[in-house]
Amino acid sequence: MLTLDRVGKTYSGGLRALDGVSLDIAPGEIVVVIGGSGCGKSTLLRAISGLDAPSDGSVRLEGERIVAPHEKIGIVFQEPRLLPWLSVAGNVGFGLEHRPKREREERVAAALARVGLADKAGVWPRQLSGGQAQRVAIARALVPRPQVLLLDEPFSALDAFTRADLQDHLLDLWADGRPTLVVVTHDVDEAIVLADRIVVMQPRPGRISEEIAVDLPRPRDRQSAPFDVAKRRVLAALDRSLDRAAEPADAGQRAAAGGALWW
Amino acid sequence: MSLVLTSTRNEWAAVRGEAARAGLALLRPGLGLILPVGLALLWELAVYAGWSTGRLVPPPSVVFATFAELWSAGELQTHALATMSRVAAGFVCGVAAGTVLGAITGYSMLSHRLVDPTLQALRSIPSIAWVPLFILWFGIFEASKIILIAVGVFFPVYLGVMGAVISVDRKIVEVGRAFRLSGFAMVRRILLPAVLPAYVLSLRAGLGLGWMFVVAAEFLGASTGLGFLLIDGQQLGKPATIVAAIVAFAILGKATDALLALATAPLLRWEDRHGRR
Repeated sequence: MLTLDRVGKTYSGGLRALDGVSLDIAPGEIVVVIGGSGCGKSTLLRAISGLDAPSDGSVRLEGERIVAPHEKIGIVFQEPRLLPWLSVAGNVGFGLEHRPKREREERVAAALARVGLADKAGVWPRQLSGGQAQRVAIARALVPRPQVLLLDEPFSALDAFTRADLQDHLLDLWADGRPTLVVVTHDVDEAIVLADRIVVMQPRPGRISEEIAVDLPRPRDRQSAPFDVAKRRVLAALDRSLDRAAEPADAGQRAAAGGALWW
Repeated sequence: MSLVLTSTRNEWAAVRGEAARAGLALLRPGLGLILPVGLALLWELAVYAGWSTGRLVPPPSVVFATFAELWSAGELQTHALATMSRVAAGFVCGVAAGTVLGAITGYSMLSHRLVDPTLQALRSIPSIAWVPLFILWFGIFEASKIILIAVGVFFPVYLGVMGAVISVDRKIVEVGRAFRLSGFAMVRRILLPAVLPAYVLSLRAGLGLGWMFVVAAEFLGASTGLGFLLIDGQQLGKPATIVAAIVAFAILGKATDALLALATAPLLRWEDRHGRR
């Protein structure tokens, strides 16, 4: 169980990025955090990862308080962030430094085969396409077999086709060991394809606005009517989250930009 | 008919173009030689034809003869060896100091604020200005020379390492943190490989300065070395000796730089450079 208890974050400039976020995430659950820019969704993910400790409240995994990066928690960033001086295999095995060479090689080979890049093991990262690089990044995060995998807008830099492909692929990989997934996105389709539960956040300060359970059977057909219904529900929730966060100062600007502001 | 003609003409043009390209590819490395070799030949001709005595500017044949003479007497080797060992010793000391201090001031903001301003101030002193002081402090023998060279090598290496460590991509460092690296492991697995290209470049810049400073060092009271050969040639009025020593410097400088580049190339194969051929 991953437990967030009134997690808050105030940056040194005084900006309150997160305020009182409480969330219980069951093992193997896929939670997608969605919201407009500045709603603290990335801050929340970084707090869970231990990269930026929260200023108040706590994050616990199986009761253990997370204050620094933890071996049971893996993270995939928006960019692949592969180490350019290591081969693809070297990158995937980066978290297995202390394992015996034999085991490391086997696990790296298996992971690369699993993401469909077995033939790229000896290649430098610069020779990969964006989608391939992100698959390597996912393999790198999964190879140490984390209990929780965090993904921070992992596919937002990819073209629509590759993005849909990788969403399906991520679900495949998840089915292997069923780690808990926490995915941050601003893409409603992505949220509905992936999520067991969608957490909608509102800005200033970042808070949970509402939670939406998605109980469509997997694999989910992006063209189906139930998918559309879910989409409308999430879009409506996003609009409400902005209304709740509305401040007189930018109400006019928001009216002009309409519901698209959450982008 | 005309169709056949055009097609053969095109083929012929293609063949000719290919031949020209192949010829050019063979010639390309030689293109850079045209200017210096041409000038040398011209000067040789001018002296041969009696337009100039060539006493102050010896023609290539005389320089070559002097070079061969110095070589067969073993003098050139002795002097070159003396110079090279000074450069090597100074280079090693300068690189060691520059790497350690550069890494520390790049990694820790506090030590940067403490140490860097002083070093930057020292850097703006023309290094030749140290020579009298070094001679007073370290004597006129090897120590003062090696230290002068080390000072010359130190600054480009220090600046290169410090700048590279400071500018390592935060996002890459974060990957290291996500895999729970810190301290030495972070340096070894993330920072060091990340700064390697800049480091190699600073080593080459340092080596270049090392060769510059060895001349300055040997101008001042040396009895061996290519710099001594330069002074000797001046005092004895033998410009051919001077030019021979200069040629030796050029060869050694270029050769050591090429060796350094060659030795470090395998470390940098991963680089995504536009200059890749």
